[in-house]
Amino acid sequence: MNYVLDFTPVIDGLPDLLAGCLGTFLLALGGMLLAIIIGIGGVVLRDSRFPACRWAVKAFVELIRNTPFLVQIFFIYFALPLAGLRLDPTPTAIIALGINGGAYAIEIIRGGVQSISKGQIEAGLALGLHRALVFRLIVLKPALRAVFPSLASQFVMLTLTTSVASAISAYELTSVAQRIESETFRSFEVFGTITLMYLVISWMMMAFFSLISARYFSYPVK
Amino acid sequence: MTRHDTAMSGTAAEAMIVMAEVEKWYGSFQALSGINLSVRRGEKIVLCGPSGSGKSTLIRCINHLEAYQKGEIRVGGTLLGDDGRTIDAVRREVGMVFQHFNLFPHMSVLRNCMLAPMRALGIGRKEAEATARDLLARVKIIEQADKYPAQLSGGQQQRVAIARALCMRPSVMLFDEPTSALDPEMVKEVLDTMVALAEEGMTMICVTHEMGFARQVADRVIFMAEGSIVEEAPPDIFFTQPRHARTRKFLGEILRSH
Repeated sequence: MNYVLDFTPVIDGLPDLLAGCLGTFLLALGGMLLAIIIGIGGVVLRDSRFPACRWAVKAFVELIRNTPFLVQIFFIYFALPLAGLRLDPTPTAIIALGINGGAYAIEIIRGGVQSISKGQIEAGLALGLHRALVFRLIVLKPALRAVFPSLASQFVMLTLTTSVASAISAYELTSVAQRIESETFRSFEVFGTITLMYLVISWMMMAFFSLISARYFSYPVK
Repeated sequence: MTRHDTAMSGTAAEAMIVMAEVEKWYGSFQALSGINLSVRRGEKIVLCGPSGSGKSTLIRCINHLEAYQKGEIRVGGTLLGDDGRTIDAVRREVGMVFQHFNLFPHMSVLRNCMLAPMRALGIGRKEAEATARDLLARVKIIEQADKYPAQLSGGQQQRVAIARALCMRPSVMLFDEPTSALDPEMVKEVLDTMVALAEEGMTMICVTHEMGFARQVADRVIFMAEGSIVEEAPPDIFFTQPRHARTRKFLGEILRSH
């Protein structure tokens, strides 16, 4: 092997790569926000009184969890414009990540909701609170706490999945790296560097989730 | 008027709770059959009976935690229907204390007590907090107001649960085996709280096997078996001259164990 390492393209491209990191964060945060909304909303509908809602959520979860993310993002980006919905790559990626992460979040959060004892719900009802308020004020927080580690690792996964958005040239780290690599052919240096960058991004996400956990879920339990 | 004078009558006009011919099934299993019960304002009822006799089910029908299939229940003149409006109205009038306390683990003791007054009644934060502190002081646990439920003993948690229910200013309190999940040394502090509440004139229906409590505060003791009311009498008569063999057998078992 006589490959000589040359990091000049990486150093020259560092501002672009860091901007790519920001793009990755943007996609990840947007996707997570949407995923948590879909996750909580989906749980409410999944256990709704109306069978149509329950079935719709079940079908949604089945569809999303059993098809490739790349196909989902292509569908939104290339197929929906034919139905009149044309979105830029970045919003497309955020929506696709949110929908995909949301389907997983529904199942995770639902497990948390089911772990809450019936007595908690009855206590809320007996105090004159409506079902929706009981869910929001009494069930939701302990349920999220119960599954927070799973939810956090799902969201780290979502963060790494942002790299798939390079396939529709959304602005994020992998697409920036691909451009630099195709111009300089320094594959080892470029992809080696962003591998480390993704590692750091994952660690930062985990630190972020630890902070959230300490801030919102630190109440004592038996 | 002595306690037992109030117990014997129970005309509809003064009745706080009226259950008429209430029937409840779980599938083909009949949990309650032909329940007739009238409870006057200020009256204290102790419900006892073997497990599975329907006593918890009975009180859970009063605030509609359980639906029933036949008969009617009136609370303070409101006929309990299947619509949300009357159920809400009744639940605001009726406080409930559970066997397993069911405090909300993610809120401080104080927030546990403020939640329903603020969210169900629309009372402002300041007033809700004042009421909560007042009632926590009455159950002698005000110094724990900022702790979380998991930091309290079972007896303390149950007293908070009583205060939390009282914060809604209910006119009736239902107790569903409030001391059954407690370690023996904590039973007394909860019973003392209930006695104090009884002395203040609260209308109470208590499912409990604490026969000392029944003797001390009950106007009537009701014995249930297999979903029916078998016998009811003031405690002095109930404990000394039970009419039914089933009651005698039950009393024999429960008094022996105490």
